Amino acid sequence: MGNYIARRLLIAVPVFFGITLLSFLLMNMAPGNPVDMLINPNIPQEMLELKREQLGLNDPLYMQYVRWLGGLLRGELGYSFSSFAPVSQLIGERIGPTLLLAVSSLLIGILIAIPIGVISAVYQNSRLDYVMTGLSFLGTSVPPFFLGLGLIYLMGIELKWLPTGGITTLGGTGGIGDIISHMILPVAVMGVTIAGKKVRYIRASMVDVLHQDYLRTARAKGLSEFRVTAKHALRNALIPIIAVIGAEIPLLLGGSIIIEQVFQWPGIGQLTMEAILSRDYPTLMGLNIAAACIVLTTNLITDIMYAAVDPRISYR
Amino acid sequence: MTPQAAEDQGHSRQQLLQVERLKTYYPVRSGVFGNARKHIRAVDDVTLTLHEGETLGLVGESGCGKSTMGRTIMRLEHPSAGRILFENEDITQYSQRQLKPLRTRMQMIFQDPYASLNPRIRIFDALAEPLIVHKLAERSEVQREVNALLHLVGLPHSAGARYPHEFSGGQRQRIGIARAILFRPKLIVCDEPVSALDVSIQAQILNLLQDLQAELKLTYLFISHGIGAVKQISTRIAVMYLGRIVELARTEQLFRQPKHPYTELLLNAYPPPDPTLRSRKKMMLHGDVPSSADPPRGCRFHPRCPYVQERCRQEEPLLTEGEHAAACHYPLA
Amino acid sequence: MSATGMPWRGDAAASETGQEHEQPLPGIEHYARQVRRKFFKHKLAAWGLITTLLLIGIGLLAPWLAPNSPNEITDVFAASPSLAHWLGTDGVGRDVLSRLIYGTRVSLIIGFATVALYVAFGTIIGLLAGYYGRWFDMVLMRITDIFLSFPYMIIVLVMVSILGANISTIIIVLALFKWPAIAMLVRGSVLSIKEMDYVRAGVALGYSTPRVMFRHILPNALSPIIVNATFGVASTILSEAGLSFLGMGVTSPQASLGNMLHDAQSLTVLTEQQWLWLPAGFIILLTVLAFNFVGDGLRDALDARS
Repeated sequence: MGNYIARRLLIAVPVFFGITLLSFLLMNMAPGNPVDMLINPNIPQEMLELKREQLGLNDPLYMQYVRWLGGLLRGELGYSFSSFAPVSQLIGERIGPTLLLAVSSLLIGILIAIPIGVISAVYQNSRLDYVMTGLSFLGTSVPPFFLGLGLIYLMGIELKWLPTGGITTLGGTGGIGDIISHMILPVAVMGVTIAGKKVRYIRASMVDVLHQDYLRTARAKGLSEFRVTAKHALRNALIPIIAVIGAEIPLLLGGSIIIEQVFQWPGIGQLTMEAILSRDYPTLMGLNIAAACIVLTTNLITDIMYAAVDPRISYR
Repeated sequence: MTPQAAEDQGHSRQQLLQVERLKTYYPVRSGVFGNARKHIRAVDDVTLTLHEGETLGLVGESGCGKSTMGRTIMRLEHPSAGRILFENEDITQYSQRQLKPLRTRMQMIFQDPYASLNPRIRIFDALAEPLIVHKLAERSEVQREVNALLHLVGLPHSAGARYPHEFSGGQRQRIGIARAILFRPKLIVCDEPVSALDVSIQAQILNLLQDLQAELKLTYLFISHGIGAVKQISTRIAVMYLGRIVELARTEQLFRQPKHPYTELLLNAYPPPDPTLRSRKKMMLHGDVPSSADPPRGCRFHPRCPYVQERCRQEEPLLTEGEHAAACHYPLA
Repeated sequence: MSATGMPWRGDAAASETGQEHEQPLPGIEHYARQVRRKFFKHKLAAWGLITTLLLIGIGLLAPWLAPNSPNEITDVFAASPSLAHWLGTDGVGRDVLSRLIYGTRVSLIIGFATVALYVAFGTIIGLLAGYYGRWFDMVLMRITDIFLSFPYMIIVLVMVSILGANISTIIIVLALFKWPAIAMLVRGSVLSIKEMDYVRAGVALGYSTPRVMFRHILPNALSPIIVNATFGVASTILSEAGLSFLGMGVTSPQASLGNMLHDAQSLTVLTEQQWLWLPAGFIILLTVLAFNFVGDGLRDALDARS
């Protein structure tokens, strides 16, 4: 096991460097560099050239990469073109709301998906199963922005039950209740998408488990059908789900851009859109690398967790 | 016609295939960097000669390396060391491209008739494709050639239009045989061709193989885990254990007087047709085959050998020379 | 060579009359027919296929079906649905139904082109990695890890913002971060198929490596690829709609389903001009749903659990 973790960690190292290399090359494709961005007609051309030299922009590409990578390893992601604040600071300010949204949606999504998936599997090929399957497909197929707009229109504007955007009411107290009421709609939209996908996996996994011999044994022992399903089947069926939850992280991060745009949620997604619209490439790259690193880390954790939970996996 | 008779009829004793000190190892990676390497020694220093027209039976328990041996001779696996000479041509290091012309002279029949035919390709196309690839027949002749082949293995011409899943195991193996003889090769490596079949079908397929051998002057390397099938068809038998040949003799000699304890035990497991012959003390093979990544010191068979002596634990016996060769310090009388 | 008088003639006759004593022949049902039967047993898949074909028809026939040219400015602005304009007109005075029809066409083009691109590329890479293994395989797996580490929506947005949004760029960028998944899928299938005896037989028969790979391995690895590609069309259309919604995909004046919803971010459009965004949203939902159902039906019919 220790061996497996060590190997898994070692594999992550080249992947990390690959991520940085790809990001760096991408950044170089972007038009404009920090000096061009400082353009100001009052600064003479020679000064710009000097600044260029100072910042090392005339060095060969690999030198620039090594220098940039060095900074990255010390946690420096550069400075924003538009606000001139350190990118790491910008991300730090916005990551909280995004994580709040993502984690809540993931939890809600799984909580919705487990009963639906289990019922679907237990009553396999019944009318109930078809309805549930149809609903889960609806969940994965509905564009989140469309569902979001629809909910804003219905719940926020027509019925006036819930706030339509932001994280707190302007000029309000900003208490927990306020934040929760602002979270309901975005979490509902993200949760539906996640649940739709998870239902399929849980159903498939549950169907597999329900056909196993040990369940027949459990039934033969005279355990009630509910106990058989809940205790013996579900526990085994949920193991493969762990791996799929890990795969959800990049989708959550990507999906947050649209959700945060629709609900004006002040998180990473909105920061990304702001950076795109103002062509703020250092911020974009910082966001990109941070996101990739989060994904890399969560993948690592899920792999190891999965290996720890499932004794059938052998580590070569 | 018995194999013995075939040989007595004056088939030349010309050497068709020589295998010299052949080794096929597979790396097993372990450790943090995948660096702590061990090797599965599937075939470990085997020397063999096949004469034209004979059938050499290769017997051993599963995992002893006999199938790897067959595949290495066919160069479907890359040998780690040693030499393979086919018709005095050293093919050990040939690339697949260099091997292409040779493929018409050596062919293979596979164990599992359900896995050896591409499920997406009709029988006709499966048999026509090699002819076209090797430019052995004009397009106009292909139909006739394929029909002749099907006829030869006892299948109706209508079989050509069907997919493999429409046939039974025995019929599929006939198709596999048709594919192997389609080039009229000299050597056919038969990798347990009847092991996956029902007993009643086994005899039919063995008969077919023997008839084809006589008709087409084929040489067989016949691999099997059961000594029964091998007895019927083989001129000589080689017994393999953990990657090595432990005994090699003419079939009747081996059955009459095995020299290696392992051979004796294999023969004991094979019920003789005449119950009165069951005078021999019944002994069974005990224990599991040790890992070929980590074979026992000394004689590889010593942990399971009923006659084990101290010397067997220390020193590995070499295969003797001569007509009846055995690798044992204390060969049976 | 003559077979007359050969001893096996006897049992040849036996097998001709089907007397070989083994399990009965499996029901002779043609593979395609079997797939079709299983597919249509899945009611939602059948519905999905009909819808898909209908949408493709609309996309193909857009110039004949649309009442107006999509960018033509009519004499009424922001008009609610009427007989003249069934789905009304937008703020500039363009016919919404016409833009919807052309938007569907654009979405389908992007969906199919992207999937074709990444499936073709991913399949070839996966075949090579699975067949040759060793270092090639190692490198592919690491590249895949790298590509799949970037959250799709973020990296696609960043790249489109750098390269500029037009249809061909969008297709390339959308495909660029999708091929590794297909490559891994194909690699997995190839790893198991290349150990099949019929592949060994192909090598033993002297077939060239490309022949073995493309004629004997690839056709047997096709089922999961087809299923994945069908789901891929659905998710690509959704991604493109998302990009366009954010204003970074297909940009005005060209119509796309996503950018029609872009305008609904304004409160007036959202609350007072539902005809501008509701139909577009429903069409996206319908399209994506239909492709997903087809994919699910194909997965059952081709028995390609992955």
